[in-house]
Amino acid sequence: MKSLSEPVAHGSNGSAAAPFLRIDRLKKRFGAFTALNDVSLAVRRGEFVCFLGPSGCGKTTLLRAIAGLDPQDEGTIEIAGRDVSRLPPAARDFGIVFQSYALFPNLTVAANVGYGLVNRGRPRAEIGARVRELLRLVGLADQETKYPVQLSGGQQQRVALARALATSPGLLLLDEPLSALDARVRLRLRDEIKMLQRRLGVTTIMVTHDQEEALSMADRIVVMNHGAIEQVGTPAEIYRTPASAFVADFVGSMTFLDAEVAGPGRIRLGGIDLSCTDANGFARGAPVRVGLRPEEVRVRNIDGATANRLDAKIESLDFLGSFCRAQLKPDAAPGVTILADFSANLVRDLKVEEGQTLTVALPPEALRIFARGEAR
Amino acid sequence: MSVAALERPASAAQRVSRDALVMRAGVVLLVAWLLITIALPLWSLLSKSFQDADGHFVGLANYVRYFSTPSLFNSIFNSLWVAVAATAIVIPLAFLYAYALTRTRMPAKGLFYAAALLPLFAPSLLPAISLVYLFGNQGFLKGLLFGASIYGPIGIVVAQVFYCFPHALIILVAALALADARLYEVAEALGTTKPRIFRTVTLPGAKFGLINACFVVFTLVVTDFGIAKVIGGQFNVLATDAYKQVVGQQNFAMGAVVGMILLLPAVLAFAIDRVVQRRQIALLSARAVPLEPRPNKLRDMALIAYAVALGALIAGVLGMAVWASFIKYWPYNLSLTLSNYDFSSFDSAAWSPYFNSLKMATLAALIGTVIVFTGAYLVEKTKVAPAGRAIAHLLAMLPMAVPGLVLGLGYVFFVNARWNPLNVFYGTLIVLVVNSIAHFYTVAHITALTALKQIDPEFESVSASLKVPVWRTFRRVTVPICLPAIIDIAIYLFVNALTTVSAVIFLYGPATKPASVAIVHMDEAGFTAGAAAMATLIVLTALGAKLLHVLLDRLVLLRLQAWRRR
Repeated sequence: MKSLSEPVAHGSNGSAAAPFLRIDRLKKRFGAFTALNDVSLAVRRGEFVCFLGPSGCGKTTLLRAIAGLDPQDEGTIEIAGRDVSRLPPAARDFGIVFQSYALFPNLTVAANVGYGLVNRGRPRAEIGARVRELLRLVGLADQETKYPVQLSGGQQQRVALARALATSPGLLLLDEPLSALDARVRLRLRDEIKMLQRRLGVTTIMVTHDQEEALSMADRIVVMNHGAIEQVGTPAEIYRTPASAFVADFVGSMTFLDAEVAGPGRIRLGGIDLSCTDANGFARGAPVRVGLRPEEVRVRNIDGATANRLDAKIESLDFLGSFCRAQLKPDAAPGVTILADFSANLVRDLKVEEGQTLTVALPPEALRIFARGEAR
Repeated sequence: MSVAALERPASAAQRVSRDALVMRAGVVLLVAWLLITIALPLWSLLSKSFQDADGHFVGLANYVRYFSTPSLFNSIFNSLWVAVAATAIVIPLAFLYAYALTRTRMPAKGLFYAAALLPLFAPSLLPAISLVYLFGNQGFLKGLLFGASIYGPIGIVVAQVFYCFPHALIILVAALALADARLYEVAEALGTTKPRIFRTVTLPGAKFGLINACFVVFTLVVTDFGIAKVIGGQFNVLATDAYKQVVGQQNFAMGAVVGMILLLPAVLAFAIDRVVQRRQIALLSARAVPLEPRPNKLRDMALIAYAVALGALIAGVLGMAVWASFIKYWPYNLSLTLSNYDFSSFDSAAWSPYFNSLKMATLAALIGTVIVFTGAYLVEKTKVAPAGRAIAHLLAMLPMAVPGLVLGLGYVFFVNARWNPLNVFYGTLIVLVVNSIAHFYTVAHITALTALKQIDPEFESVSASLKVPVWRTFRRVTVPICLPAIIDIAIYLFVNALTTVSAVIFLYGPATKPASVAIVHMDEAGFTAGAAAMATLIVLTALGAKLLHVLLDRLVLLRLQAWRRR
């Protein structure tokens, strides 16, 4: 067994082109409910991928199908070039961590971590050494003889992580591993898991409904909704160029406004003409939805040359700590409400107040265009 | 690094398919066991009630004959009368006692609760024997009856009150213990009077418990055989009718009809219990604040007095039979003796019934616990054969709705049948053990399920990901975690197999007569002292088992379950 601390050595089937995990047209139904609808995905070796989506979107179903715990109805799954579609969980090669930790309460920390090793007929000394190495790795070197109930939630989750890694699986599956922890512990463990994953190079899939978690941890995010994949991309791609109104709305916040295409690169929003770099591929006059992230509304450095300049009245201003969220009503289009986030120092510097009229700009490259009637 | 794990992929695949195979085989075995020990006997009873003595189908002829024979169907009214009377007396008594245990600050609640539960450890015959000593022809309190006879409805009702009291009490204590203190605080803040609070908060909260307790007691009384046998005299009830038809007159068809009629109230009670339980859950939210009774001198003193009186009465009535078992010649020579324990002077079987019972109860506890717990594990924790598991669960819940007497009758017809290769077991200890396990299956099954449901559902997934076979996790994790529940099940099966009369009265053979049946026989033959002595032995053994349970529980918690302590 190779030491975990060494950088990962790619095996014979680890050529850069071939994905480590390949999922092809997966389908799964529970009665009348479609949990997975034709899902295909490829994950590279050593990658950290997050399945992100609201509850019931199929992300956990997909994870459990990969593990073989709830096999899919149709479609194939390949791990490391091997078709595992019809194999039971134990014949696949993965370690798994659950939200509930699922630690065996009657076994010590060491026995929990060594649970999968004992079964392989290794000498006791070797198992002991391996367990100690893993516990050192997750920062619990001195807790070997304790029982799970004597540990905090964060510590228990680290034990679960060590147990999942003990058998050196090729794939690490994390099913909402941080959701049961309180906010502070969650932040710390987020960093620790990420660092550990980088160090070990183990291909990792994490299911989460927490967008912040996904954005900060993943190499790539798979956004899911209604049993289908909405978008796959790096955190920056997902945030900056959401492929659908659903993604835009689920990751970060966004104002959605009804508009129509006024010409190439131009849209018409309730009497205001705006230029918009995203407005291509739609016919003139096509009804669309415009999305704008509140933090993109610009207030400073506006001059006569600034595009999409407009005057707007501040209807309300809600204090949210480090920033304020304003509801803006453009003078030229009183039926429209635009959300804008103003940083605390901007509010202080410009003495922004409720009822005041402000000149703002909506940057053309920040306006995202989606087809009208698209499911959110 | 995945290379190590991929070393033997073929063997891993093999091991798991063996996993699934073993579990599937387990489910098949479980369903087969439950079919043979529960479903088929009941089916035999049902079909027998539509057949004549030679086994030909005769439709409803037996039922028609039953209802056109006044001496038979009068028993229905007798049974109903007695059951209604006993229920009407037991429920208020038990409710007040439960109220004292849950809503006052009386001391030594555990002691009072234990005293009231004593009848659970005795065969139902015991309170009847005590009443015979107290109010029978030789009873020293006979004068209190003003010439009425204890042998008949009065005796049955009074004995049933003692026998059923703990059953009602357990349900009502559970119902009254679940109370949301906030409701009381709101009611008081609104200036509600005490009686109105009781009427609008306390009673509605305990409503489902009360309904449930009524049906449980009603069913117990209708289907109990021992009390009516000992103290019923010439007063016929359904349970004694079934016995007379089958054992006395060998009229199996008519016995089957009576059995089917006995099944009705129990099935009804079972159905109502299901509905009630489903509603009860919604009643108390997880955020409820538990009610702490506040001191109230007058109320507490009054209820303590009540509890002392009733607790003493229950212990006294049970104690009466125990004391009588040591008396030389009631009521003329009250000096103490052990001669009543020399059973050879009453019954040729001598002490062997006691050892038969001991053997039967021990085997039922050992075998039953293994089957019930493994079965519950297969039902709750595996994913193989969903249809099979659903059937197994349904069959496991069935015995709850089947009185022991009815199941016993079913066994007679099933195991005795000429076509059945199992008929070689008729009259053997094996049948008695199997019947006891089947009779008490449901409560044990629910206990196991409850314990298993509290275990993280992902243990099996984790084991699979670590390539550990299921049975290893079952042995190393599941069983140790559930040990308290497993001991519970074993003791429950032991005590009930030891004290049951109704199911086994039809099934024993010459060499396997159990103690509870020996009590019936000695009482029938007029050796009441011998019967009291045998009953005393059963009570002491059952209490001993319970004591062992308490000690074992402590030991398990101390030694083996150190992991539960923070």
